[in-house]
Amino acid sequence: MATVIEMPKLSDTMEEGGIANWLKKEGEQVEEGEPLVEIETDKSTIEYASPAEGILLKVLIKKGESSPLRSPIAVLGKKGESFDAALTNRQKPEAKGGITEERQETPKAMVMPNTKQETFAPSKRVKASPLAKKMATDKGLDLKLIAGSGPHGRIIARDLESLSVASPTVSTVSGDQKIPLTMMRKTIAKRLVAGKNEAPHFYLTISANMETVLKWRQELNDHPDVESGQLPKVSVNDLLILVTAKALRQHPSVNASWHGEHIMLHSAIHIAFAVALPSGLITPVIPNTDSLLAREIARQSKLLGEKAKKGELQAAEYTGGTFTISNLGMTGVESFTAIISPPQACILAVGKTQRVPHVAEDGSIIAQHRVKMTLSCDHRVVDGMVGARFLETLVSYLENPLFILS
Amino acid sequence: MKAPKTLRNVAVDRELMVDMYRKMLFFRRFEERANLAYTQQKFSGFCHLHIGQEALNVGVQTCLQPDDYVISGYRSHTQAIAKGIPAQKVFAELLGKSEGCSSGKGGSMHMFSKEHRFFGGHGIVGGQAPLAVGMAFKVNYEQENSIVVCYLGDAAMNQGQVFEAMNIAATWKVPVLFIIENNLYGMGTAIHRTTSIDHLYKRALAFDMKHSMIDAMNVLTVYEHMKSTVAFVRKNKEPFLVEAMTYRYKGHSVSDAGTYRTKEEVEEYQKRDPILQLQEDLARLDFADDDAFKAWDKEIREQVKEAEAFAEASPPPDERELWTNVFADET
Amino acid sequence: MKTMTIREALGEAMQEEMERDPKVFLMGEEVAEYDGAYKVSRGLLKTFGPKRVIDTPISEGGFAGVGVGAAMAGLRPIVEMMTWNFAIQAFDQIINHAAKMNYMSGGQFPVPIVFRGPNGAAHMLSAQHSQNLDPLLTNVPGLKVISVANPSDAKGLLKSAIRDNNPVVFLESEMLYALKGEVPEGEHLIPIGQGKLCQEGNDVTIVSWGKISRVAIEAVSQLAEQGVSCDLIDLRTLVPMDEALVFASVRKTHRAVIVEENWPFASVGAQISDRIQHECFDDLDAPVERVSQEPVPVPYSEGLEHLALPSVDKILAAVKRVTYKS
Repeated sequence: MATVIEMPKLSDTMEEGGIANWLKKEGEQVEEGEPLVEIETDKSTIEYASPAEGILLKVLIKKGESSPLRSPIAVLGKKGESFDAALTNRQKPEAKGGITEERQETPKAMVMPNTKQETFAPSKRVKASPLAKKMATDKGLDLKLIAGSGPHGRIIARDLESLSVASPTVSTVSGDQKIPLTMMRKTIAKRLVAGKNEAPHFYLTISANMETVLKWRQELNDHPDVESGQLPKVSVNDLLILVTAKALRQHPSVNASWHGEHIMLHSAIHIAFAVALPSGLITPVIPNTDSLLAREIARQSKLLGEKAKKGELQAAEYTGGTFTISNLGMTGVESFTAIISPPQACILAVGKTQRVPHVAEDGSIIAQHRVKMTLSCDHRVVDGMVGARFLETLVSYLENPLFILS
Repeated sequence: MKAPKTLRNVAVDRELMVDMYRKMLFFRRFEERANLAYTQQKFSGFCHLHIGQEALNVGVQTCLQPDDYVISGYRSHTQAIAKGIPAQKVFAELLGKSEGCSSGKGGSMHMFSKEHRFFGGHGIVGGQAPLAVGMAFKVNYEQENSIVVCYLGDAAMNQGQVFEAMNIAATWKVPVLFIIENNLYGMGTAIHRTTSIDHLYKRALAFDMKHSMIDAMNVLTVYEHMKSTVAFVRKNKEPFLVEAMTYRYKGHSVSDAGTYRTKEEVEEYQKRDPILQLQEDLARLDFADDDAFKAWDKEIREQVKEAEAFAEASPPPDERELWTNVFADET
Repeated sequence: MKTMTIREALGEAMQEEMERDPKVFLMGEEVAEYDGAYKVSRGLLKTFGPKRVIDTPISEGGFAGVGVGAAMAGLRPIVEMMTWNFAIQAFDQIINHAAKMNYMSGGQFPVPIVFRGPNGAAHMLSAQHSQNLDPLLTNVPGLKVISVANPSDAKGLLKSAIRDNNPVVFLESEMLYALKGEVPEGEHLIPIGQGKLCQEGNDVTIVSWGKISRVAIEAVSQLAEQGVSCDLIDLRTLVPMDEALVFASVRKTHRAVIVEENWPFASVGAQISDRIQHECFDDLDAPVERVSQEPVPVPYSEGLEHLALPSVDKILAAVKRVTYKS
């Protein structure tokens, strides 16, 4: 009996996969567990081991092509066996509970339900114009992640047009370059549109005295083992991650996420931090951040950053964050606002730490290292005062880390 | 040369009388057979029978030329046959068959034959009157020598468009012979309950239209009167209204229980049955005897059965026929 | 090209067809000696004489039926209705007889006849003289229905209607008889069943026909100033309808507004809307909108009458709704 190999789900947000490389040729024997194919997910390229043994009878999706989850990509079987029959006899994947009728109607947009996704996908019927539904199907987009701007929240074509590769209304001139979308770029586009359209953002900006943090960092890095490389060098960002984690511990309602029918307050604090890549960005997660010491955070952030740059992050390493920090301080940007990554409730955008004139308590003007931070909040989860109180705590911790122990 | 026989001082012709007798008998047997077929559920819908009214049909038709036009209402199976449509095609139409004279798309009320200039069987009371005037308008327009016979039921005389049509016909002087088949009932309503006038021919007075009233239970009376009337219309190219007094033995349609009239009234008319009257005349004149009547009846019953058998054997219309003839020139 | 009014275009069409075919004749109220209630038949009596240009009594049911009978017998009548409101008297002949004769006779009796006259509201004629009967007439299988809004279409389609072997309902408008426009010289025929894309645009499809399409034209030009570009379709023939033209446009613009003069319930626009949702379902980005006459008898008073009828403002509002710009 031949086995149909289906496009596996190799990331939580993956809806389709691209074939980066077939590791076996048609006609070759494949053992169970033996690497069969490299698959480009929305996040990275992952080697996929064969779930069965047999001769690779047919490659259905060629290198460079992509296909939706659970669609057949190859057939394994005995020598001489017909792959057609296997495809015909193939049982259609049974819909698991929680899949709405909507999803069944548009198989391309239908993602293999994964528990995580189910929990944050609102169970409400998606209202979308027929054209929008068709466009979403063509683009492989999940309408549940898109906010509609039409009457009664109806998703209409223009809500999806911003996700197109090239808007037909923009004229192109010679020299313009058309860049096909990578899986990562598609995912970024989709997630950010979903985040921005769906979550009602508001923004709170605060500034903090960073003299203490800089001194703290100096002291940590002055350790001889840092020079030798035995201990990791700690960055301002690492300390910021630590302090943020501690502040979140005091403000559980900020360490939360939106799930349509309910809000989830997370008991664990997993801080994600944005890493810029040539092909986009990714947000690796430092699990249980609030329990870690500064050097451990520094070690993990360095490791994760390097893996991210090499495209070696495993799905577990960039999923499950409960709060995100995006820091553009190294670029000189003074302050900015960031888009929330759903279902998280907040993201903190951190600008450059720089010396600025500051009116001291005695009224004198002094030069002081300060940073501006802007918290983007999903108002469905976090109200203004809640966000403000969190920022107050965060600033107080930055300015006086001893308070963390209090 | 032998002097022609006369009946009530009118010269008679055996061949003509026998022909009219056989036709009336054929129409009687045809309608009886149609009635039977209906009760046997060989067809459904409406079925309006002409039994009792044969003399008018036969008397009029005998006076017409093949290129004359006839148009009628929904009680017209045998008028269609009289105008020349083969009986089996009329029977096939009753059964909704492809070889029916309207290809199975008209039915009991809508017998048509362009070839025989039978312009229908129409289902809206009085609706055929303006059509008849239009047909007669064409006769004048093309300077033909035909006339148009328009049969109307008594109740049609209360329809506005019949008034309009007669007014136009009289004003424009077109050759229509309007014949009111007054069988005394519009469906179940006695005609005297529906109009203030005692005789319907008086409607012609409103238009200064020539008119008459005849006993249409006697075919020879009808024939003699229609001969001159048809000739008048043909010659003068103007309309004429005949009120023909007749009676239907059966109900308005097969489903009629006859609550509005007495059994005695029906029996009274049956004593003056047009077939019976002519049979007596034929016997009196020695034109035919009982043996002949029996032989003809047997022969005619066979012919009607053959027509029915033809109809039953005819295939139903192809399903594609649903979409044909909605528009001309398109299939 | 020569410039003429719709009135002249219709008259010329009848004149040419009567010259071409001796079986064609015109009858109706006041068509001959009065030269036509709206002067559409002006001069025809003089040219063709009383045999072929015939004044009738005021008996719409009667003379409509005379026309049907003459057509069954082989003539090609043009029956002028002084207005379609009066033709309601003749609906028995138009619907029960003309539309069904060919079908129920198994194809033996085609009825080549044209019923023509003005339809819809003119100006302050009140309820009995202002009705648009498009839905009633288009609902009947066996009738072809044409509605014209400019001289070229009026002439080209009336000539085609007269040559057609079926009953054709030809809808005109009092308000448009004096409308001038260019008409091609010489033999000018427009096939029945072809709509016309009058203006091209990308944002929304506007479907209209007959007199009210003039209002749609005005709305389209105002929309252009606002940066909304429209496909404007004049259907010209309602039965058989050029659905392909509508579908192609809707597939391009993804939205449709139907501008119809008739009442909204079970209307022509409702039919078009149904066909669009069926054939262009996946192309629609907004519900199909209809701008119809308000479902009230047409009032007399000028302001009320204006409120009852489709207007530029109502069209603009509908376009805003389908483009989500309200």
